[in-house]
Amino acid sequence: MKELSVNHLLGIKYITPQDIDLIFETADQFKEVINRPIKKVPSLRDITIANIFFENSTRTKLSFELAQKRLSADVISFSAAQSSVKKGETLIDTVNNILSMKVDMVVMRHERPGAAYFLSQNVKASIVNAGDGAHEHPTQALLDSYTIRERLGSVGGKKVVIVGDILHSRVALSNIFALQMQGAEVKVCGPKTLIPKYIESLGVTVEPNLRKALEWCDVANMLRVQNERLDVNYFPSTREYSQQYGVDKALLDSLNKEIVIMHPGPINRGVEITSDVADSQQSVILDQVENGVAVRMAVIYLLASKIK
Amino acid sequence: MSHKILLTSREVNIILHRLACQLLENHLDFKDTILIGLQPRGRFVAERIKQILEQQYSVQDIKLGFLDITFFRDDFRRSEKPLEANKTQIDFLVEGKKVVFIDDVLYTGRSIRAALTAIQSFGRPSQIELLVLIDRRFSRHLPIQPDYRGRQVDAINDEKVKVSWKENDGEDSVYLI
Repeated sequence: MKELSVNHLLGIKYITPQDIDLIFETADQFKEVINRPIKKVPSLRDITIANIFFENSTRTKLSFELAQKRLSADVISFSAAQSSVKKGETLIDTVNNILSMKVDMVVMRHERPGAAYFLSQNVKASIVNAGDGAHEHPTQALLDSYTIRERLGSVGGKKVVIVGDILHSRVALSNIFALQMQGAEVKVCGPKTLIPKYIESLGVTVEPNLRKALEWCDVANMLRVQNERLDVNYFPSTREYSQQYGVDKALLDSLNKEIVIMHPGPINRGVEITSDVADSQQSVILDQVENGVAVRMAVIYLLASKIK
Repeated sequence: MSHKILLTSREVNIILHRLACQLLENHLDFKDTILIGLQPRGRFVAERIKQILEQQYSVQDIKLGFLDITFFRDDFRRSEKPLEANKTQIDFLVEGKKVVFIDDVLYTGRSIRAALTAIQSFGRPSQIELLVLIDRRFSRHLPIQPDYRGRQVDAINDEKVKVSWKENDGEDSVYLI
Protein backbone atom coordinates (compact mmCIF):
# COMPACT_ATOMS: atom_id res chain seq x y z
CA MET A 1 0.00 0.00 0.00
CA LYS A 2 1.39 3.35 -1.03
CA GLU A 3 1.05 6.92 0.17
CA LEU A 4 2.69 10.26 -0.56
CA SER A 5 5.98 11.07 1.16
CA VAL A 6 4.77 14.60 1.98
CA ASN A 7 1.85 16.17 3.87
CA HIS A 8 1.75 19.28 1.64
CA LEU A 9 2.27 19.86 -2.06
CA LEU A 10 4.49 22.94 -2.00
CA GLY A 11 6.56 22.30 -5.10
CA ILE A 12 7.84 19.53 -7.31
CA LYS A 13 11.28 19.78 -5.73
CA TYR A 14 9.88 18.55 -2.40
CA ILE A 15 8.37 15.33 -3.78
CA THR A 16 9.86 12.08 -5.14
CA PRO A 17 9.50 10.23 -8.46
CA GLN A 18 7.47 7.60 -6.56
CA ASP A 19 5.06 10.34 -5.46
CA ILE A 20 4.62 11.38 -9.09
CA ASP A 21 3.89 7.76 -10.13
CA LEU A 22 1.34 7.39 -7.33
CA ILE A 23 -0.36 10.67 -8.27
CA PHE A 24 -0.57 9.55 -11.93
CA GLU A 25 -1.91 6.08 -11.09
CA THR A 26 -4.57 7.65 -8.88
CA ALA A 27 -5.36 10.27 -11.54
CA ASP A 28 -5.99 7.43 -14.04
CA GLN A 29 -8.84 6.22 -11.82
CA PHE A 30 -10.24 9.74 -11.38
CA LYS A 31 -10.13 10.34 -15.12
CA GLU A 32 -12.46 7.34 -15.45
CA VAL A 33 -14.68 8.78 -12.69
CA ILE A 34 -15.06 12.18 -14.38
CA ASN A 35 -16.15 10.49 -17.60
CA ARG A 36 -19.02 8.62 -15.89
CA PRO A 37 -22.64 9.75 -16.25
CA ILE A 38 -22.43 10.78 -12.56
CA LYS A 39 -19.03 12.33 -12.06
CA LYS A 40 -18.81 12.41 -8.31
CA VAL A 41 -17.43 10.22 -5.52
CA PRO A 42 -18.11 10.65 -1.79
CA SER A 43 -14.54 10.14 -0.48
CA LEU A 44 -13.93 13.61 0.97
CA ARG A 45 -17.37 14.30 2.37
CA ASP A 46 -15.93 15.16 5.81
CA ILE A 47 -13.12 17.40 4.51
CA THR A 48 -13.34 21.19 4.15
CA ILE A 49 -11.01 22.98 1.78
CA ALA A 50 -10.31 26.70 1.47
CA ASN A 51 -9.14 28.07 -1.86
CA ILE A 52 -7.31 31.31 -1.19
CA PHE A 53 -6.25 33.23 -4.27
CA PHE A 54 -4.23 36.38 -3.69
CA GLU A 55 -3.60 36.56 -7.41
CA ASN A 56 -6.00 36.38 -10.30
CA SER A 57 -6.76 32.99 -11.73
CA THR A 58 -9.53 31.53 -13.80
CA ARG A 59 -8.75 28.02 -14.88
CA THR A 60 -6.60 26.93 -11.94
CA LYS A 61 -9.24 28.09 -9.50
CA LEU A 62 -12.06 26.50 -11.47
CA SER A 63 -10.10 23.31 -11.90
CA PHE A 64 -9.32 23.05 -8.17
CA GLU A 65 -12.91 23.82 -7.22
CA LEU A 66 -14.28 21.27 -9.62
CA ALA A 67 -11.80 18.64 -8.42
CA GLN A 68 -12.80 19.30 -4.81
CA LYS A 69 -16.51 19.16 -5.59
CA ARG A 70 -16.14 15.93 -7.57
CA LEU A 71 -14.60 14.45 -4.42
CA SER A 72 -17.57 15.76 -2.34
CA ALA A 73 -15.42 18.08 -0.20
CA ASP A 74 -16.93 21.24 1.24
CA VAL A 75 -15.32 24.19 -0.48
CA ILE A 76 -14.92 27.84 0.41
CA SER A 77 -13.23 30.11 -2.08
CA PHE A 78 -11.96 33.57 -1.60
CA SER A 79 -9.97 36.04 -3.58
CA ALA A 80 -7.82 38.80 -2.20
CA ALA A 81 -9.67 41.59 -3.95
CA GLN A 82 -12.66 41.14 -1.63
CA SER A 83 -10.75 40.30 1.53
CA SER A 84 -9.33 41.87 4.65
CA VAL A 85 -5.86 41.51 3.18
CA LYS A 86 -6.59 44.85 1.61
CA LYS A 87 -7.21 46.18 5.11
CA GLY A 88 -3.72 45.18 6.20
CA GLU A 89 -4.20 41.72 7.73
CA THR A 90 -1.13 39.46 7.62
CA LEU A 91 -1.07 36.20 5.70
CA ILE A 92 -0.88 34.03 8.83
CA ASP A 93 -3.74 35.91 10.48
CA THR A 94 -5.91 35.60 7.39
CA VAL A 95 -5.30 31.89 7.11
CA ASN A 96 -5.61 31.18 10.83
CA ASN A 97 -8.94 32.96 10.86
CA ILE A 98 -10.11 30.70 8.08
CA LEU A 99 -8.74 27.63 9.84
CA SER A 100 -10.66 28.52 13.02
CA MET A 101 -13.71 27.69 10.99
CA LYS A 102 -12.39 24.09 10.93
CA VAL A 103 -10.80 23.93 7.51
CA ASP A 104 -8.60 20.89 6.80
CA MET A 105 -6.77 21.94 3.66
CA VAL A 106 -5.72 25.21 2.05
CA VAL A 107 -5.09 25.69 -1.66
CA MET A 108 -3.26 28.97 -2.09
CA ARG A 109 -1.97 31.18 -4.86
CA HIS A 110 0.18 34.10 -3.81
CA GLU A 111 2.39 36.59 -5.62
CA ARG A 112 5.35 36.00 -3.27
CA PRO A 113 7.70 33.05 -3.92
CA GLY A 114 7.82 30.79 -0.86
CA ALA A 115 4.42 31.88 0.48
CA ALA A 116 3.08 28.31 0.46
CA TYR A 117 6.18 26.99 2.23
CA PHE A 118 5.93 29.76 4.82
CA LEU A 119 2.31 28.88 5.44
CA SER A 120 3.05 25.18 5.82
CA GLN A 121 5.54 26.00 8.59
CA ASN A 122 3.17 28.25 10.47
CA VAL A 123 -0.37 26.92 10.25
CA LYS A 124 -1.95 23.57 10.99
CA ALA A 125 -3.47 22.42 7.72
CA SER A 126 -2.46 20.59 4.60
CA ILE A 127 -1.22 23.16 2.05
CA VAL A 128 -1.39 22.90 -1.74
CA ASN A 129 0.58 25.47 -3.68
CA ALA A 130 -1.45 26.77 -6.61
CA GLY A 131 1.36 29.09 -7.69
CA ASP A 132 3.72 31.25 -5.63
CA GLY A 133 5.19 34.15 -7.57
CA ALA A 134 7.84 33.04 -10.07
CA HIS A 135 8.68 30.00 -7.94
CA GLU A 136 6.53 26.88 -8.48
CA HIS A 137 3.16 25.77 -9.78
CA PRO A 138 3.35 22.04 -9.03
CA THR A 139 -0.12 20.89 -10.13
CA GLN A 140 0.39 22.51 -13.54
CA ALA A 141 3.67 20.63 -14.00
CA LEU A 142 2.01 17.39 -12.90
CA LEU A 143 -0.85 17.76 -15.35
CA ASP A 144 1.61 18.65 -18.12
CA SER A 145 3.63 15.49 -17.47
CA TYR A 146 0.43 13.46 -17.14
CA THR A 147 -0.69 14.73 -20.55
CA ILE A 148 2.69 13.84 -22.10
CA ARG A 149 2.48 10.37 -20.54
CA GLU A 150 -1.04 9.95 -21.92
CA ARG A 151 -0.11 11.12 -25.42
CA LEU A 152 3.36 9.55 -25.81
CA GLY A 153 3.16 6.61 -23.41
CA SER A 154 5.82 7.83 -21.00
CA VAL A 155 7.78 10.90 -19.95
CA GLY A 156 11.16 9.19 -19.46
CA GLY A 157 13.50 9.64 -22.43
CA LYS A 158 11.36 12.31 -24.10
CA LYS A 159 12.74 15.65 -25.23
CA VAL A 160 10.81 18.69 -24.13
CA VAL A 161 11.42 22.31 -25.01
CA ILE A 162 9.87 25.11 -22.97
CA VAL A 163 9.47 28.23 -25.08
CA GLY A 164 8.96 31.82 -23.96
CA ASP A 165 9.23 33.78 -20.75
CA ILE A 166 11.25 31.43 -18.55
CA LEU A 167 12.32 34.25 -16.22
CA HIS A 168 8.90 35.01 -14.74
CA SER A 169 7.42 31.55 -15.15
CA ARG A 170 6.60 29.25 -12.25
CA VAL A 171 5.21 26.82 -14.80
CA ALA A 172 8.66 26.55 -16.41
CA LEU A 173 10.47 25.91 -13.13
CA SER A 174 8.03 23.26 -11.89
CA ASN A 175 8.05 21.63 -15.32
CA ILE A 176 11.85 21.49 -15.39
CA PHE A 177 11.91 19.75 -11.99
CA ALA A 178 9.08 17.35 -12.87
CA LEU A 179 10.37 16.41 -16.32
CA GLN A 180 13.94 15.82 -15.13
CA MET A 181 12.69 13.78 -12.18
CA GLN A 182 10.95 11.45 -14.63
CA GLY A 183 13.98 11.15 -16.90
CA ALA A 184 13.09 13.58 -19.69
CA GLU A 185 15.57 15.96 -21.31
CA VAL A 186 14.71 19.67 -21.15
CA LYS A 187 15.75 22.66 -23.26
CA VAL A 188 14.52 26.22 -22.91
CA CYS A 189 14.08 28.67 -25.74
CA GLY A 190 13.24 32.37 -25.72
CA PRO A 191 14.59 35.91 -25.91
CA LYS A 192 17.86 36.18 -23.98
CA THR A 193 16.31 38.80 -21.72
CA LEU A 194 13.69 36.30 -20.55
CA ILE A 195 16.08 33.40 -19.84
CA PRO A 196 17.38 33.38 -16.24
CA LYS A 197 21.15 33.84 -16.03
CA TYR A 198 21.97 30.61 -14.20
CA ILE A 199 19.33 28.38 -15.78
CA GLU A 200 22.01 25.93 -16.94
CA SER A 201 22.82 25.10 -13.32
CA LEU A 202 19.46 23.25 -13.31
CA GLY A 203 20.76 20.91 -16.00
CA VAL A 204 18.82 22.41 -18.90
CA THR A 205 20.36 23.78 -22.05
CA VAL A 206 19.44 27.02 -23.80
CA GLU A 207 18.58 27.00 -27.50
CA PRO A 208 18.04 30.53 -28.80
CA ASN A 209 16.78 29.35 -32.21
CA LEU A 210 13.15 28.23 -32.20
CA ARG A 211 13.37 26.12 -35.37
CA LYS A 212 16.36 24.18 -34.04
CA ALA A 213 14.60 23.69 -30.72
CA LEU A 214 11.47 22.34 -32.40
CA GLU A 215 13.46 20.01 -34.62
CA TRP A 216 15.14 18.57 -31.54
CA CYS A 217 12.08 18.06 -29.36
CA ASP A 218 9.14 15.63 -29.00
CA VAL A 219 7.04 18.14 -27.07
CA ALA A 220 6.98 21.94 -27.16
CA ASN A 221 5.45 23.69 -24.16
CA MET A 222 4.61 27.22 -25.32
CA LEU A 223 4.43 29.60 -22.38
CA ARG A 224 2.26 32.66 -22.34
CA VAL A 225 3.81 36.08 -22.69
CA GLN A 226 2.93 37.45 -19.26
CA ASN A 227 2.39 41.09 -20.10
CA GLU A 228 1.30 41.81 -16.53
CA ARG A 229 4.71 40.77 -15.18
CA LEU A 230 6.84 42.54 -17.75
CA ASP A 231 7.75 45.67 -15.83
CA VAL A 232 10.31 46.80 -18.40
CA ASN A 233 10.59 46.03 -22.11
CA TYR A 234 12.19 42.61 -22.43
CA PHE A 235 11.67 42.51 -26.19
CA PRO A 236 11.08 45.29 -28.72
CA SER A 237 7.48 44.46 -29.63
CA THR A 238 4.88 41.70 -29.46
CA ARG A 239 5.08 41.51 -33.26
CA GLU A 240 8.80 40.86 -33.16
CA TYR A 241 8.33 38.28 -30.38
CA SER A 242 5.78 36.34 -32.38
CA GLN A 243 7.99 36.42 -35.48
CA GLN A 244 10.94 34.94 -33.60
CA TYR A 245 9.31 32.78 -30.92
CA GLY A 246 5.76 32.23 -32.14
CA VAL A 247 4.76 28.92 -33.73
CA ASP A 248 2.52 28.93 -36.79
CA LYS A 249 1.22 26.07 -38.93
CA ALA A 250 3.78 26.64 -41.68
CA LEU A 251 6.66 26.25 -39.22
CA LEU A 252 5.05 23.17 -37.68
CA ASP A 253 4.46 21.53 -41.07
CA SER A 254 8.01 22.26 -42.23
CA LEU A 255 9.52 20.16 -39.41
CA ASN A 256 10.70 16.67 -40.26
CA LYS A 257 8.52 15.10 -37.53
CA GLU A 258 5.25 15.58 -35.70
CA ILE A 259 5.66 17.21 -32.30
CA VAL A 260 3.13 17.71 -29.51
CA ILE A 261 2.14 21.29 -28.71
CA MET A 262 1.25 22.25 -25.14
CA HIS A 263 0.20 25.54 -23.57
CA PRO A 264 -0.68 26.21 -19.93
CA GLY A 265 -3.24 28.84 -20.96
CA PRO A 266 -4.62 31.37 -21.33
CA ILE A 267 -3.41 31.61 -24.93
CA ASN A 268 -2.52 34.91 -26.57
CA ARG A 269 -3.66 33.71 -29.99
CA GLY A 270 -1.29 34.97 -32.66
CA VAL A 271 1.52 35.68 -30.19
CA GLU A 272 2.95 32.39 -28.82
CA ILE A 273 0.96 30.21 -31.18
CA THR A 274 -1.45 30.93 -34.00
CA SER A 275 -5.07 29.77 -33.93
CA ASP A 276 -4.55 26.99 -36.45
CA VAL A 277 -1.77 25.53 -34.27
CA ALA A 278 -3.82 25.84 -31.09
CA ASP A 279 -6.73 24.02 -32.73
CA SER A 280 -4.65 21.42 -34.62
CA GLN A 281 -4.42 17.67 -34.01
CA GLN A 282 -0.95 18.14 -32.57
CA SER A 283 -2.21 20.43 -29.83
CA VAL A 284 -3.12 18.83 -26.48
CA ILE A 285 -4.17 22.08 -24.85
CA LEU A 286 -7.72 20.98 -24.05
CA ASP A 287 -6.47 17.56 -22.85
CA GLN A 288 -4.31 19.48 -20.40
CA VAL A 289 -7.40 21.21 -19.02
CA GLU A 290 -9.35 17.93 -18.69
CA ASN A 291 -6.38 16.16 -17.10
CA GLY A 292 -5.96 19.11 -14.73
CA VAL A 293 -9.14 18.13 -12.91
CA ALA A 294 -8.15 14.44 -12.64
CA VAL A 295 -4.61 15.24 -11.46
CA ARG A 296 -5.85 17.76 -8.89
CA MET A 297 -8.40 15.23 -7.64
CA ALA A 298 -5.55 12.75 -7.17
CA VAL A 299 -3.37 15.27 -5.31
CA ILE A 300 -6.19 16.36 -3.01
CA TYR A 301 -7.36 12.78 -2.40
CA LEU A 302 -3.86 11.55 -1.54
CA LEU A 303 -3.10 14.52 0.73
CA ALA A 304 -6.50 14.26 2.44
CA SER A 305 -5.91 10.59 3.18
CA LYS A 306 -2.98 11.70 5.37
CA ILE A 307 -5.07 14.10 7.48
CA LYS A 308 -5.80 12.23 10.70
CA MET B 1 0.34 -18.93 11.99
CA SER B 2 -1.75 -21.95 11.07
CA HIS B 3 -3.23 -22.45 7.65
CA LYS B 4 -6.39 -24.50 7.47
CA ILE B 5 -7.64 -25.40 4.04
CA LEU B 6 -11.33 -24.68 3.61
CA LEU B 7 -11.72 -25.53 -0.08
CA THR B 8 -9.45 -27.41 -2.46
CA SER B 9 -9.10 -26.62 -6.14
CA ARG B 10 -11.66 -29.34 -7.00
CA GLU B 11 -14.15 -28.03 -4.46
CA VAL B 12 -13.73 -24.43 -5.69
CA ASN B 13 -14.55 -25.57 -9.21
CA ILE B 14 -17.59 -27.61 -8.18
CA ILE B 15 -18.92 -24.61 -6.27
CA LEU B 16 -18.30 -22.21 -9.19
CA HIS B 17 -20.25 -24.58 -11.44
CA ARG B 18 -23.15 -24.67 -9.02
CA LEU B 19 -23.18 -20.89 -8.71
CA ALA B 20 -23.11 -20.53 -12.50
CA CYS B 21 -26.08 -22.92 -12.76
CA GLN B 22 -28.03 -21.05 -10.11
CA LEU B 23 -27.43 -17.81 -12.00
CA LEU B 24 -28.51 -19.49 -15.22
CA GLU B 25 -31.70 -20.75 -13.59
CA ASN B 26 -32.71 -17.22 -12.65
CA HIS B 27 -31.39 -15.25 -15.62
CA LEU B 28 -31.66 -17.77 -18.54
CA ASP B 29 -30.32 -15.88 -21.58
CA PHE B 30 -28.68 -13.03 -19.63
CA LYS B 31 -30.26 -10.56 -22.05
CA ASP B 32 -30.98 -7.92 -19.39
CA THR B 33 -28.38 -9.08 -16.90
CA ILE B 34 -25.02 -7.55 -16.15
CA LEU B 35 -22.33 -9.25 -14.08
CA ILE B 36 -20.17 -6.88 -12.04
CA GLY B 37 -16.99 -8.18 -10.41
CA LEU B 38 -15.99 -6.09 -7.40
CA GLN B 39 -12.35 -5.03 -7.57
CA PRO B 40 -9.85 -6.25 -6.78
CA ARG B 41 -10.61 -9.90 -5.94
CA GLY B 42 -14.19 -10.32 -7.07
CA ARG B 43 -12.85 -9.93 -10.58
CA PHE B 44 -11.45 -13.48 -10.63
CA VAL B 45 -14.73 -15.06 -9.48
CA ALA B 46 -16.67 -13.07 -12.08
CA GLU B 47 -14.34 -14.03 -14.91
CA ARG B 48 -14.55 -17.73 -14.00
CA ILE B 49 -18.33 -17.70 -13.80
CA LYS B 50 -18.55 -15.99 -17.17
CA GLN B 51 -16.16 -18.56 -18.63
CA ILE B 52 -18.24 -21.48 -17.29
CA LEU B 53 -21.50 -19.98 -18.59
CA GLU B 54 -20.02 -19.40 -22.03
CA GLN B 55 -18.09 -22.64 -22.45
CA GLN B 56 -20.29 -25.20 -20.71
CA TYR B 57 -23.75 -23.69 -21.17
CA SER B 58 -23.26 -21.78 -24.45
CA VAL B 59 -24.61 -18.50 -23.13
CA GLN B 60 -23.60 -15.77 -25.59
CA ASP B 61 -22.85 -12.09 -25.08
CA ILE B 62 -22.61 -11.96 -21.32
CA LYS B 63 -21.91 -8.41 -20.20
CA LEU B 64 -19.18 -8.30 -17.57
CA GLY B 65 -17.85 -5.19 -15.87
CA PHE B 66 -15.52 -4.44 -12.98
CA LEU B 67 -16.35 -1.93 -10.29
CA ASP B 68 -13.81 -0.34 -7.95
CA ILE B 69 -15.33 0.93 -4.72
CA THR B 70 -12.27 2.61 -3.17
CA PHE B 71 -13.63 6.15 -3.47
CA PHE B 72 -16.97 5.08 -1.99
CA ARG B 73 -15.64 3.34 1.11
CA ASP B 74 -16.70 4.54 4.55
CA ASP B 75 -13.26 4.06 6.16
CA PHE B 76 -11.37 6.77 4.25
CA ARG B 77 -8.92 8.36 6.75
CA ARG B 78 -10.10 5.86 9.38
CA SER B 79 -8.19 2.81 8.31
CA GLU B 80 -4.52 2.40 9.17
CA LYS B 81 -3.54 1.49 5.64
CA PRO B 82 -3.94 3.97 2.76
CA LEU B 83 -6.65 2.88 0.32
CA GLU B 84 -5.39 1.98 -3.13
CA ALA B 85 -7.68 2.35 -6.12
CA ASN B 86 -8.15 -0.21 -8.90
CA LYS B 87 -9.52 0.07 -12.40
CA THR B 88 -13.24 0.42 -12.98
CA GLN B 89 -14.34 -0.89 -16.33
CA ILE B 90 -18.03 -0.63 -17.08
CA ASP B 91 -18.52 0.09 -20.78
CA PHE B 92 -22.30 0.03 -20.74
CA LEU B 93 -25.19 1.67 -18.93
CA VAL B 94 -26.81 -0.31 -16.14
CA GLU B 95 -30.05 1.67 -16.39
CA GLY B 96 -33.01 -0.70 -16.09
CA LYS B 97 -30.80 -3.83 -16.08
CA LYS B 98 -30.50 -6.67 -13.58
CA VAL B 99 -27.11 -6.35 -11.95
CA VAL B 100 -25.31 -9.20 -10.16
CA PHE B 101 -22.46 -8.13 -7.86
CA ILE B 102 -19.80 -10.81 -7.61
CA ASP B 103 -17.19 -10.92 -4.84
CA ASP B 104 -14.94 -13.53 -3.25
CA VAL B 105 -15.63 -13.07 0.48
CA LEU B 106 -18.62 -11.42 2.16
CA TYR B 107 -17.52 -10.24 5.59
CA THR B 108 -18.83 -7.05 7.23
CA GLY B 109 -20.97 -6.07 4.24
CA ARG B 110 -19.38 -2.62 4.05
CA SER B 111 -17.83 -3.21 0.61
CA ILE B 112 -21.23 -4.18 -0.72
CA ARG B 113 -22.74 -1.05 0.83
CA ALA B 114 -20.09 0.99 -0.99
CA ALA B 115 -20.76 -0.89 -4.23
CA LEU B 116 -24.49 -0.18 -3.96
CA THR B 117 -23.65 3.55 -3.89
CA ALA B 118 -20.94 3.35 -6.54
CA ILE B 119 -23.11 1.58 -9.12
CA GLN B 120 -25.56 4.48 -9.07
CA SER B 121 -22.99 6.53 -11.01
CA PHE B 122 -23.71 4.28 -13.97
CA GLY B 123 -27.50 4.44 -13.88
CA ARG B 124 -30.42 2.95 -11.95
CA PRO B 125 -30.49 -0.85 -12.17
CA SER B 126 -33.91 -2.52 -12.03
CA GLN B 127 -32.58 -5.05 -9.53
CA ILE B 128 -29.31 -5.90 -7.78
CA GLU B 129 -28.30 -9.37 -6.58
CA LEU B 130 -25.21 -10.54 -4.72
CA LEU B 131 -23.11 -13.61 -5.42
CA VAL B 132 -20.21 -14.55 -3.14
CA LEU B 133 -17.88 -17.51 -3.05
CA ILE B 134 -17.41 -17.40 0.74
CA ASP B 135 -19.96 -16.07 3.21
CA ARG B 136 -18.46 -15.40 6.66
CA ARG B 137 -21.37 -16.00 8.96
CA PHE B 138 -22.02 -13.92 12.13
CA SER B 139 -19.69 -11.11 11.07
CA ARG B 140 -22.01 -8.62 9.39
CA HIS B 141 -22.05 -4.93 10.39
CA LEU B 142 -24.91 -4.17 8.02
CA PRO B 143 -28.14 -5.94 7.02
CA ILE B 144 -26.73 -7.39 3.78
CA GLN B 145 -27.07 -11.05 2.75
CA PRO B 146 -26.03 -12.88 -0.44
CA ASP B 147 -28.53 -14.23 -2.98
CA TYR B 148 -26.05 -16.87 -4.16
CA ARG B 149 -23.48 -18.24 -1.74
CA GLY B 150 -20.67 -20.70 -2.41
CA ARG B 151 -19.76 -21.85 1.09
CA GLN B 152 -20.71 -20.51 4.46
CA VAL B 153 -17.85 -20.44 6.98
CA ASP B 154 -17.63 -19.55 10.65
CA ALA B 155 -14.43 -17.65 11.36
CA ILE B 156 -13.55 -15.60 14.38
CA ASN B 157 -12.63 -11.97 13.87
CA ASP B 158 -8.84 -12.17 13.84
CA GLU B 159 -8.91 -15.05 11.38
CA LYS B 160 -8.62 -14.26 7.71
CA VAL B 161 -10.17 -16.09 4.78
CA LYS B 162 -7.79 -16.09 1.82
CA VAL B 163 -9.03 -17.04 -1.62
CA SER B 164 -6.29 -17.89 -4.15
CA TRP B 165 -6.72 -18.11 -7.91
CA LYS B 166 -4.71 -20.05 -10.44
CA GLU B 167 -4.23 -17.01 -12.70
CA ASN B 168 -2.95 -14.85 -9.85
CA ASP B 169 -1.61 -17.02 -7.05
CA GLY B 170 -0.77 -20.32 -8.79
CA GLU B 171 -3.64 -22.45 -7.45
CA ASP B 172 -7.38 -22.35 -6.78
CA SER B 173 -7.97 -22.72 -3.06
CA VAL B 174 -9.50 -21.17 0.03
CA TYR B 175 -7.55 -21.04 3.29
CA LEU B 176 -8.39 -19.95 6.80
CA ILE B 177 -5.34 -18.14 8.20
